[in-house]
Amino acid sequence: MGKIVNIQPVTRIEGHAKVAIHLDDAGNVADTRLHIQTLRGFEKFVEGRPVEEMPRIVCHICGICPWSHHLASSKAGDACFGVTPPPAAVKLRRLMQMIAYVGDKLLHFYFLAAPDFVIGPDADYAVRNVIGIVNAAPNIAKQVVHYRQLTAQILENFAGRAIHPTFSIPGGVSKPMTEAERVEMLAHALELLDFSMFTIKFAKENVFAKYIDAIKTLGVIKVGHLGLVTDDGALDFYDGKLRLMQPDGSHEDFADDEYLDHIGEHVEPWSYQKFPYAKKWGDGPAMDLDNPVGVYRTNCLARINVCDKMATPLAQAELEEFRAEFGRPTHLTLLYHYARLIELVQCAEQTVELLEDPEITSSDVRKKIEPRSGRGVGCVEAPRGTLIHDYQSDDEGLITQANLIVGTTHNNAAMNLSVKQAATELIKDGTYDQAILNKVEMAIRAYDP
Amino acid sequence: MPVKVVEEWLNSCSGCEISILNLGDTLLDLLPELNFVHIPVLIDHKYYGQTGESDVIEIPEADIGIVSGGVRNEEHKHVLEETRKKTKILIALGSCAAHGGIPAQANMYTNKDIFEKLFRGSPSTDPASDPNHPNVPQWLDSCLALDEVVEVDVTIPGCPPHPDWIAEALTALLEGKTSWSLPERSVCDTCPVIREKKSAAGPVRRCFENLEFNPEEGLDKMRCINEQGFLCLGPVTLAGCAGKEGVPRCIQARTPCRGCFGPIRKGARPMVDMMGAMSSVGLDPKTVVDRRAIMNRYIGGHGNLRPLPARPARK
Repeated sequence: MGKIVNIQPVTRIEGHAKVAIHLDDAGNVADTRLHIQTLRGFEKFVEGRPVEEMPRIVCHICGICPWSHHLASSKAGDACFGVTPPPAAVKLRRLMQMIAYVGDKLLHFYFLAAPDFVIGPDADYAVRNVIGIVNAAPNIAKQVVHYRQLTAQILENFAGRAIHPTFSIPGGVSKPMTEAERVEMLAHALELLDFSMFTIKFAKENVFAKYIDAIKTLGVIKVGHLGLVTDDGALDFYDGKLRLMQPDGSHEDFADDEYLDHIGEHVEPWSYQKFPYAKKWGDGPAMDLDNPVGVYRTNCLARINVCDKMATPLAQAELEEFRAEFGRPTHLTLLYHYARLIELVQCAEQTVELLEDPEITSSDVRKKIEPRSGRGVGCVEAPRGTLIHDYQSDDEGLITQANLIVGTTHNNAAMNLSVKQAATELIKDGTYDQAILNKVEMAIRAYDP
Repeated sequence: MPVKVVEEWLNSCSGCEISILNLGDTLLDLLPELNFVHIPVLIDHKYYGQTGESDVIEIPEADIGIVSGGVRNEEHKHVLEETRKKTKILIALGSCAAHGGIPAQANMYTNKDIFEKLFRGSPSTDPASDPNHPNVPQWLDSCLALDEVVEVDVTIPGCPPHPDWIAEALTALLEGKTSWSLPERSVCDTCPVIREKKSAAGPVRRCFENLEFNPEEGLDKMRCINEQGFLCLGPVTLAGCAGKEGVPRCIQARTPCRGCFGPIRKGARPMVDMMGAMSSVGLDPKTVVDRRAIMNRYIGGHGNLRPLPARPARK
């Protein structure tokens, strides 16, 4: 009879998870599980709610990426009511999304992930954290705190709320942008772009090069990828077609409202989180490390793999450098951190582009809604992966059915596989310590769950 | 000597923790005085020891405990009780901890109905039995606020709470005070809009179109949202969402308040009071669509929301 090693709570992630590592008599890994332990029941308790209230209800699914749910829900609401928001409204939605994502990516890289790399994966837990970074690199920490707070302030000054926004609503947005607001925001956007470029340069020089051995081994699994791309194949966070890529790089594109033909969700008794899988890839899902079936990933590494190109020039240059070194698709799990920063550059560039677009100050930002029965699917890329919001409404515009597949859920099977891979590689003959267990967690943290 | 702090999150979204980080420079100033000994979002302290071999959940002793999120399952309850036991002053952070929050909207349904929908009634899900394993904690009968389970010393409401209040409350505790609370004012008391004490007659309007306002002008030139005929919960909601200065956040976005800071005082009856406020400007409260859910959006704990007996299906 072997034993079970519990890692709980999984830390420096957003949410409640527990890892159980089952060791056999010889002390080698027999099995591992990532248990997701909380469940709130949004899909049920939104039934009966007015569709136009949904974007300000479902944003509470995630306090780190509320803008993603807010916008996926607004798009599902647009489709339910059959309205196309005015162009300026779409631009303002995209603008808020990009600013929120700049803040989010800075948060994840510096506050949640960097302690493993800058302080070191083996360091004592009491210093392997953001407070350790504040002490070790006070100047950088000061800037990070400043720029992350700046993103929140920009959102609040214009849209009222940075966390749990109310700005976007089926048919458009709640208010237009004035010229004075645009000018002030643009100055900040340029600062954010500078700091984003500093960040990716800093990470390439001080993190990715230094940890290349770990990158090539830790948590590596060969599975598929899912992400949104534009008609010409560029990475997009707000709109486009879904691209589902097999592990070998071949792929199929489909419209968001066809997702049920391609994605199923499996339930395991040991996790509240479901296990989405690619329906057409065989009799899946199977979380078999040697032969996974139906398993795909989302979030930045998946997006970087599925896109043909980035949407902006500086990000495109970064992608080319990345692909020259790691190819397409790459399966190296820790490269999530690198991919995240390539996306950071695109988000910052798109913030500037949108603010330089004269149409963004148009006063036409909302179409009037007539309630009706209908179905609407809204899909955006959250920092943590593809969001699918699928609503049906009755004649009064009240929700009768809601189906949500959200970012980290898509990664559930893949995270389980990465945990198994990392634990199996690292724990031998019953020998392990806090540093090894932290490395198992690093395989989860890369996904930014 | 820095003060020891424990932070935990229960049935939550992590927005409260982001609000702590949104203290920004103030957080850097406070950090030397705060010794976080357990905070899962930032620090790798583990319940079962750092190599996971203990079999009981242990939280370190601390002067201050901060807990966000409501209490949804057996493990939340256990972690909350353990935190209460180990800390001298317990702070309920955010409206989930204070009132149940958005997740307590689930209290309108039975657990059976919720699990049926999630695991056997979703178009993308292969139907299956409910997860049932020692590592997926069993749900309680409803989603509770913290003070339904343990004694709470300080409440910082809001969804999320404003960083100003987190800083003010922590500073008060660091100075040796044992209590802190927001002043009992309504959102309307801090809202600059124009009020004429009457509304356009007719049923309450849903947000099918935007409010009437001139974007080049401040809120002091916009007509009150209730008086424009839309439902705004400002009259019955505790003020403070925009911090020490600034106008209410949702109004700043030119959208109505939905009550995220909860009732103005303990024991208030916001639904009854709101009906009164609407009547006083000539709005008919009976015409609010989805009234029970919307008026209890953030306060479904404390028995405010319960499953209703089954009614005939809607047409």
